[in-house]
Amino acid sequence: MSVQAVTGATDVAAAILPRRGGLAGSLSDLLWRRPGLLLLLMLGPPLLWLGIVYVGSLIALLAQSFFSIDEFSGLISRELTLKTYGDLLRPANLDIIVRTVTMAAVVTLASAVIAFPIAYYAARYARGTWKALFYLGVMLPLWSSYLVKIYAWKLILAKEGILTWLFAKLHLSWLLDGWLSLPVVGGNSLSVSFTGTFIVFVYVWLPFMILPIQAALERVPGNLVEASSDLGASPGQTFRNVLFPLALPGIVAGSIFTFSLTLGDYIIPQIIGTSRLFIGQAVYAQQGTAGNIPLAAAFTVVPVVIMGFYLWGAKRMGAFDAL
Amino acid sequence: MTPAVAFQKTSRHFGAVRAVDAVDLEIQQGEFFAMLGPSGSGKTTCLRLIAGFEQPTSGSISIFGERAEGVPPYRRNVNTVFQDYALFPHLNVLDNVAYGLMVKGINRDERHRAAEDALKLVQLPGYGGRKPGQLSGGQRQRVALARALVNKPKVLLLDEPLGALDLKLRESMQEELKQLQKALGITFVFVTHDQGEALSMADRVAVFNDGRIKQVGAPEDIYQRPASRFVADFVGSSNVLPPDFVQRYAGERRWGSLRPEQIRVRRDTSGDGVAARVVSRHYLGAATKLSLDADGLKLHATVPSGTAVPEDGAHVMLTFNRDQLHLMEEQA
Repeated sequence: MSVQAVTGATDVAAAILPRRGGLAGSLSDLLWRRPGLLLLLMLGPPLLWLGIVYVGSLIALLAQSFFSIDEFSGLISRELTLKTYGDLLRPANLDIIVRTVTMAAVVTLASAVIAFPIAYYAARYARGTWKALFYLGVMLPLWSSYLVKIYAWKLILAKEGILTWLFAKLHLSWLLDGWLSLPVVGGNSLSVSFTGTFIVFVYVWLPFMILPIQAALERVPGNLVEASSDLGASPGQTFRNVLFPLALPGIVAGSIFTFSLTLGDYIIPQIIGTSRLFIGQAVYAQQGTAGNIPLAAAFTVVPVVIMGFYLWGAKRMGAFDAL
Repeated sequence: MTPAVAFQKTSRHFGAVRAVDAVDLEIQQGEFFAMLGPSGSGKTTCLRLIAGFEQPTSGSISIFGERAEGVPPYRRNVNTVFQDYALFPHLNVLDNVAYGLMVKGINRDERHRAAEDALKLVQLPGYGGRKPGQLSGGQRQRVALARALVNKPKVLLLDEPLGALDLKLRESMQEELKQLQKALGITFVFVTHDQGEALSMADRVAVFNDGRIKQVGAPEDIYQRPASRFVADFVGSSNVLPPDFVQRYAGERRWGSLRPEQIRVRRDTSGDGVAARVVSRHYLGAATKLSLDADGLKLHATVPSGTAVPEDGAHVMLTFNRDQLHLMEEQA
């Protein structure tokens, strides 16, 4: 009976359904027949935005860096010249570049070392509630304002701050004082030392390192680790030969974030650290008080070039092979 | 001779689930041993206990007479061919095969030579430069085999290694594995849910269900003299006969079994036999399998190709040799 009922129902319906009425109906049919049109509609606006606002301003910036400033009148001369790049290579400016790149490299390395175990735990062991807590723990700091976090760290790192107090309670003040008396990394207190700048950079960018590594490790099948162990590899050998190479694209992706964000940041070193400038601060000062837009532009080109080399090197190392 | 692998009252529980429950088993050296059972029967957990990926909750495991509890996988001279092969995607085939030798610190030339030899053994010479992603399923399976064999393991574990292959490839791989095992003399422990595979390849078979071993024996024993209804039902499609039926023919009130091919189907309904009606027919190529209803008892019988096959709904007479009726140990 039921078979008849079912076939009876299909007898009524036509094999080809009539077009749905209205504009929406014909639009659906049109987009189905011309998928290229749909793609254009979806990608057009963001491409225009990227093309004009982003690439356009980047080209304007590049052009600015080939102008120069007249040192007497302070006016910008719009003739193409390499004079500004000559200024960029002065020892004082080179110092700024070296300082920033070193800081970015150290922050990236430290972030990777700290992020890997966290990402590994999240990818291989955390399930259900623990996984949710992991995401919450990693993302929660991103929900609050960047400035608030930095000022909070300033209080934590200050001479009268909780960290100094903690070191005293643990009878480790000698350790902190010893560290602060070191050249370069030391200072009056953590909040006015490069160590403080480093700690806050690592804290602020850490989520950007954890998440890509976690995503990469998530895609490594668990049985590869078992297979490695089965073939006689100790846990250390398994890490070196299987986990690390397969997590490398994630580490590189994360390091692109931490490295480039540190290269360009001008707020953290201004609030926490010494009075010595980083690239971001130099740009800020040159385009603001100094009014030297060409030099500011030349400074801005530096991180772009460094990142270009960085990506090229990463590609040559095979970091993107496993993508 | 010390057994290659010995389980003594070995259990592996996951919370309330008894994946492996007090298993006693000895696998002899040089044996091709199959662990057969439905999914979730504990056969794979047993394999993982031998490999060292799982540790027993209680009981002991010995490998070549040496106690293996608490010994990590990388210190066991046992290698595994994984179900989905688990080849390292970032290494080429040669480096995959040479992996075990590499972590043992054998120099590059020597391990590559050994890996190339292993690839020849599995009939993939010259494939060393490819990435696993460029190989077919059957080729990956061979690479996984070479990667395990190159280490000259004392015991080779195979976890449903042919499961992902198509029928034709599976049959030729069965043949090859069997020959390889004979030539190398290594103990093979083979996990499968395919009874045909287990029976055709293994020297001995253990049938698992619910974490326990239901029967261990040579394929003929398991096939022709199943110890319990479960074994009779799982190993092939044996007819399980209830005690009342068996009493009529064998005089004993026990569960019995009868293979489908041991039943003769006669269209002439006069004379002795079990009257039955044909419910449906399944053409298998070499034979046609009949589903029969003998007064409420469901039976299967096969009719060889070339003889007349009764149509659906036909009334037929079934006869069989009484001494082919097997009485099971399992009590009624």
